[in-house]
Amino acid sequence: MTTLRKVSFDAVVIGGGGAGMRASLQMAQSGFKTACLSKVFPTRSHTVSAQGGITCAIASADPKDDWRWHMYDTVKGSDYIGDQDAIEYMCSVGPEAVFELEHMGLPFSRFENGRIYQRPFGGQSKDYGNGGQAARTCAAADRTGHALLHTLYQANLKNETTFLNEWFAVDLVRTDDGDVVGVIAIEIETGDVVFVESKATVLATGGAGRIYASTTNAHINTGDGIGMALRAGYAMQDMEMWQFHPTGIHGAGTLVTEGCRGEGGYLVNKDGERFMERYAPNAKDLAGRDVVARSMMTEILEGRGCGENGDHVYLKLDHLGKEIVHSRLPGITELSKTFAHVDPAVMPIPVVPTCHYMMGGIPTNVNGQAITQVDGRDTVIPGLYACGEAACVSVHGANRLGGNSLLDLVVFGRAAGIFIEEQLQQGIEHTIASSDDIDRAVGRLRALDDNDTGEDTATLKRELQSCMQNYFGVFRDGEYMKKGREELDSMRERIADIAIGDKSKAFNTARLEALELQNLFEVAEATAISADERTESRGAHSRRDFPERDDKNWLCHSLYHPRSQKLTRREVNFSPKTVETFEPKERTY
Amino acid sequence: MLVSVYRYNPETDREPYMQDVEVSLLEGKDLMVLDVLNLIKEKDQSLSFRRSCREGVCGSDGVNMNGKNGLACITPLSDVAANGKLVVRPLPGLPVIRDLVVDMGVFYKQYQRIKPYLQNSSQTGNHERLQSPEDRAKLDGLYECILCACCSTSCPSFWWNPDKFVGPSGLLQAYRFLADSRDEATEERLAELDDPFSVFRCRGIMNCVSVCPKGLNPTKAIGHIRDMLLSRAT
Repeated sequence: MTTLRKVSFDAVVIGGGGAGMRASLQMAQSGFKTACLSKVFPTRSHTVSAQGGITCAIASADPKDDWRWHMYDTVKGSDYIGDQDAIEYMCSVGPEAVFELEHMGLPFSRFENGRIYQRPFGGQSKDYGNGGQAARTCAAADRTGHALLHTLYQANLKNETTFLNEWFAVDLVRTDDGDVVGVIAIEIETGDVVFVESKATVLATGGAGRIYASTTNAHINTGDGIGMALRAGYAMQDMEMWQFHPTGIHGAGTLVTEGCRGEGGYLVNKDGERFMERYAPNAKDLAGRDVVARSMMTEILEGRGCGENGDHVYLKLDHLGKEIVHSRLPGITELSKTFAHVDPAVMPIPVVPTCHYMMGGIPTNVNGQAITQVDGRDTVIPGLYACGEAACVSVHGANRLGGNSLLDLVVFGRAAGIFIEEQLQQGIEHTIASSDDIDRAVGRLRALDDNDTGEDTATLKRELQSCMQNYFGVFRDGEYMKKGREELDSMRERIADIAIGDKSKAFNTARLEALELQNLFEVAEATAISADERTESRGAHSRRDFPERDDKNWLCHSLYHPRSQKLTRREVNFSPKTVETFEPKERTY
Repeated sequence: MLVSVYRYNPETDREPYMQDVEVSLLEGKDLMVLDVLNLIKEKDQSLSFRRSCREGVCGSDGVNMNGKNGLACITPLSDVAANGKLVVRPLPGLPVIRDLVVDMGVFYKQYQRIKPYLQNSSQTGNHERLQSPEDRAKLDGLYECILCACCSTSCPSFWWNPDKFVGPSGLLQAYRFLADSRDEATEERLAELDDPFSVFRCRGIMNCVSVCPKGLNPTKAIGHIRDMLLSRAT
């Protein structure tokens, strides 16, 4: 039996990024006792790295812009497995959520008339694809994520949210009735283990790009929420869908915003050819990210890559002139100088497709309620919510459009907050956690601390990342994925049995990194099995052995069940409330 | 390459010490200091430091390298350790929790103190407040702060009075809101800064400017606040 320190809240949000802080803000504003628990100080969360903007039809660049056009683009971008009710909600509520951010103080760039600046981004069109490129992505220079994250932190300070900064969530606490009643967390500074009890637990833990060796993601993006949910036995949705961003800086992996191409930049191969004209004659460099990333890889694999090893292509910006590059893309200028040693106003930036975003995650409804399936039917998990990249609501389907992640964060962070508020007002009753329930949730941590013989985190992490990079990258193939799955099988026990060389309490990052690697493994395995089982190519999931989209069998979500390690299908929502259904068509740009 | 790292574990060490570690680097590859710390940690898991984005925007890994504050992730070895030796210490002037991890409590408290959020009570409805590009440009060089604390922990005035002097980072943010055409609390903000310590302890030493990894200029912002306070008094 375990006696742990206990702290209690009406709602606890795990994760201090954009989604988490938007959710906590909503509930704190209404006076509920809300905690935002984050393993880093909130402004260190990965939302800070978002650059180009937040896509939303606020009708600033084009007064005639319409959220329905944005919805059409998003449905098409998703390769038709985004849920249309959720996309409808996001695109129609979006303007309100963006204006709220402006009211909080977000320093958006401006047009001459004083309205919010919007730039062109990939996959954005006017008039349902018939009116040419749309400029719909609201920007604060090329530091929109930084501006957004800091603004949300500031708004939370104003509304007196309780911050549990530098606390690490280990596992969910569940009662025998299946209610989620909080989490076990480590207070990092002291190493104390605490039961954080809550009527509503929101997983806003972000992505897990660190399953790949080359990623734009921060070191902290280790899929902690996905790991916790999988260990609790909950199914994950569309985990095969990983976005590879076309422009990661070669060698470093750091992101160069799509806004560069929105402002007029373009990609060239070693012959100086603007090759996207061949692959996407209309949208060219602003085609969907999956399309651009595949085109780049094809250029590289067919011997038209740049550099000594022909392993990258160039992003050309110098023709825009110093003035535009330095004023609209100051952050990119800085990053290019630091990580590629080039001034983009003078020289092209060497870039390569790099793991960027997890479209899949914890299935939820538009209220942020986490969903699992019992006997093939959707069932809400009592007490558990998710939003942001950790969730799969699903607005991105098989491929996310640029600028839609920031919109997803604020719209669904807010929606979860609003829904939980209503629930709290009506009164939420859960069963009380028994000491057995708590013991179960502390089990993984205890096992790690008790273990003295095993392999070390760094070696195992490298092995995991290179396996995912080699077998589950931009192009996939059944034969290779089988090999990848075998390698992962051989890692499961070893990663469960990690031994840490340091068992002290205060700010022990060795312990945290081991726990994070176990989360990464859960995500990687779900990804591998889902990718191998989805026998078609759709959006970001591209298979050489099944090169065509197969609507007959796969116009659906995949659900990965961790206990059986099996994949089942879940229906996509094709029933928006206020507009006609967008029927699947061939997807060209 | 010889790397000397500040070590302190409150559970096992009576006092801090410098640990010399020989790190083998690949020829011809210029690593960032964070890469070097990661290499050391692979061999010795007990070394603790903060890190997140590894691209200079999250502000986690402010440390003191060969005597100068900066972000480990965007500081190339070739810049900081040209003489072949790297010395890494925690940011000066704050209590050390462990190794390179400092307690940033007092730094965050000064940030909170300046009410770092837009204050405007007017009703706006479902559209944005307008702001001219010229007014928006006044926020450039201010809003980009990443709260890494490199500036405040290089400031002798902050070392002396961390509880009373807001410090360069907090004041840069104070001016970010004073300069925002949308903010209505100018008078209240100035009133709260109008004492001998909050602003006027800045002696124009400008260490903050020389270390800011984002190239910002807190001294200049402090100058503007000073002007506003003085013209308010007359």
